[in-house]
Amino acid sequence: MAKGNGSRETVIEVRGLAVGFGEHVVLDQIDLDVYRGEILGFVGGSGAGKSVLMRTIIGLLHKRAGTIKVFGVDLAAASDAARHAVERRWGVLFQQGALFSSLTVRENLQFPIREYLKLSQQLLDELSVAKLEMVGLDASALDKFPSELSGGMTKRVALARALALDPEIVFLDEPTSGLDPIGAGDFDALIATLQRTLGLTVFMVTHDLDSLHTVCDRIAVLVDGKVIAAGTMDTMLASTHPWLRAYFHGTRSRAGHLEAMNV
Amino acid sequence: MNGVLLQGTAEGERLRLAGTGAWVAENARSLEAQVNAATWRDAAIKRVVIDMGQVDRLDTFGAWLLERLTRSFSARGCETAVTGLKEDFHALMDEVHGVPPERVPGQRRGNSLIDSIASIGESIAAVGGSLGAFVNMLGALIVAFARVLTHPRRFRFTSMVHQLDNVGWRAVPIILLITFLIGAIIAQQGIFHFRKFGADIYVVDMVGILVLREIGVLIVTIMVAGRSGSAYTAELGSMKMREEIDALQTMGFDPTEVLILPRVVALIIGVPILTFLGSMAALYGGGLVCWFYGGISPDIFLQRLKEAIDLSTFEVGMIKAPFMAMVIGVVACVEGMAVKGSSESLGLQTTASVVESIFLVIVLDGFFAIFFASIGM
Repeated sequence: MAKGNGSRETVIEVRGLAVGFGEHVVLDQIDLDVYRGEILGFVGGSGAGKSVLMRTIIGLLHKRAGTIKVFGVDLAAASDAARHAVERRWGVLFQQGALFSSLTVRENLQFPIREYLKLSQQLLDELSVAKLEMVGLDASALDKFPSELSGGMTKRVALARALALDPEIVFLDEPTSGLDPIGAGDFDALIATLQRTLGLTVFMVTHDLDSLHTVCDRIAVLVDGKVIAAGTMDTMLASTHPWLRAYFHGTRSRAGHLEAMNV
Repeated sequence: MNGVLLQGTAEGERLRLAGTGAWVAENARSLEAQVNAATWRDAAIKRVVIDMGQVDRLDTFGAWLLERLTRSFSARGCETAVTGLKEDFHALMDEVHGVPPERVPGQRRGNSLIDSIASIGESIAAVGGSLGAFVNMLGALIVAFARVLTHPRRFRFTSMVHQLDNVGWRAVPIILLITFLIGAIIAQQGIFHFRKFGADIYVVDMVGILVLREIGVLIVTIMVAGRSGSAYTAELGSMKMREEIDALQTMGFDPTEVLILPRVVALIIGVPILTFLGSMAALYGGGLVCWFYGGISPDIFLQRLKEAIDLSTFEVGMIKAPFMAMVIGVVACVEGMAVKGSSESLGLQTTASVVESIFLVIVLDGFFAIFFASIGM
């Protein structure tokens, strides 16, 4: 798969971003590019501010300084209409799924479509089934409520909802957390398949080293409120930065296992 | 944004359909209409060729409609072929092709008459169910209370004091204000109407008896049901939703003992105190109105009040308070524990909690009225 290089179209461009709460500065001078059609894995220690960056990009948190451009539109300076047009082109998978608990799976999937497009109920129903099939579920889940779904199913339905309007970018906040290794592997494969078939750009906050190995084209690393590295897995493995070495060569990493076996 | 997305030319039993433009979500509405129109062609057609060469954008909406088009022709026994599809779109079409062919289920709709009869039956059954749950909770509370009596150290004293602070102390200002106003309004209305008969002075009797026997305790319990009963239901309900109650249970704690007993005990202690304070505020409000509006000086008011009421009037009101507090507490906890996974159910149960406890408080007040009348109080 094509790796990141400067000539590709940048869909998300973050420059000099700073975010803080009160006295506490979480992100400082963040620069980050996400290119069209890639899967970017975003890693960092727990509490380092990965989710904060994601939430700032999608407009849930306010920034203190810097610019964020999505599809070339500066979201802070854009008019309401321009911002809504951009929001219409991305989908977000929250860590806990964030399905509407009082709506069925069917209504959850149709809610965003209904808001933006006027389609016949028949087409809405058919599309709901098609979307569910795409994320590996079947029509039997349609009339269930979110509280009746298992953890893995919740993630899949939430992904289907994030994809409801065929967005160009999907933001995934720890998509494989809370899934067993087999389920997590399936989910990774699903994301890779959907990325290929739908031509998605994927921004994935994750801790899962296997996800990083198998599906991510590029990896960006957040340490102490700064993006210290961005590049392919090989670049990460070759880096001499102590945090990167600890993260990618630790006992839980694949590289760590290989090194242990070679010794 | 609309326009022609699908054009057809028929040659005998052959149909050539040509797709153009962007087959994406924004155009899905008009595309669906055009796809449906293309499907309703005469039955003579045996072979269909769909040329997708001019379609430059395709997403799941467009892909599904193309799939629907080919399926409906295939179902009629036509030979169907799709040509010229761009390489990029093949994976997406394969994906959509995998959607199982059986009819996509629509939302189920029942017979509306049967549904409405069924819903009446369901609500009657629900009344029975909530009565059962009420008795069940009362029993669990008594068991927990008995256990605490034998092992007093197990009682969550800190939790009880915290709840007492919430439902008692913090409610004092609003209770005082409301009862003060109610007392004043009763006195004003009484003076206004009694004056026609020259019976102004009996306003004091009315205010005294009404406030101490009925109004004081009723206003306070209705306020507490709305203020604290709803809070109990929402607290317990959200704990239930987040499986915190299951967590307590697995650690070997009895949720009734840890969560519910301190709350109900706090109400049973708090409501009589609030009732006393509320009754005094109502008498004070009534007295002020009698003085400024009715010209009955405080001396005369107090003297008349002493003649009009005796200790039993006060006792009647105060005896009722703890029982009503218990009803509010138990209903609130029953409803809280009945919350299911959704936020909607939390809202429903909180509403039910307030409505039921106000209803039961008034019914209970009626029973007390009969009881006190028959024992001559």
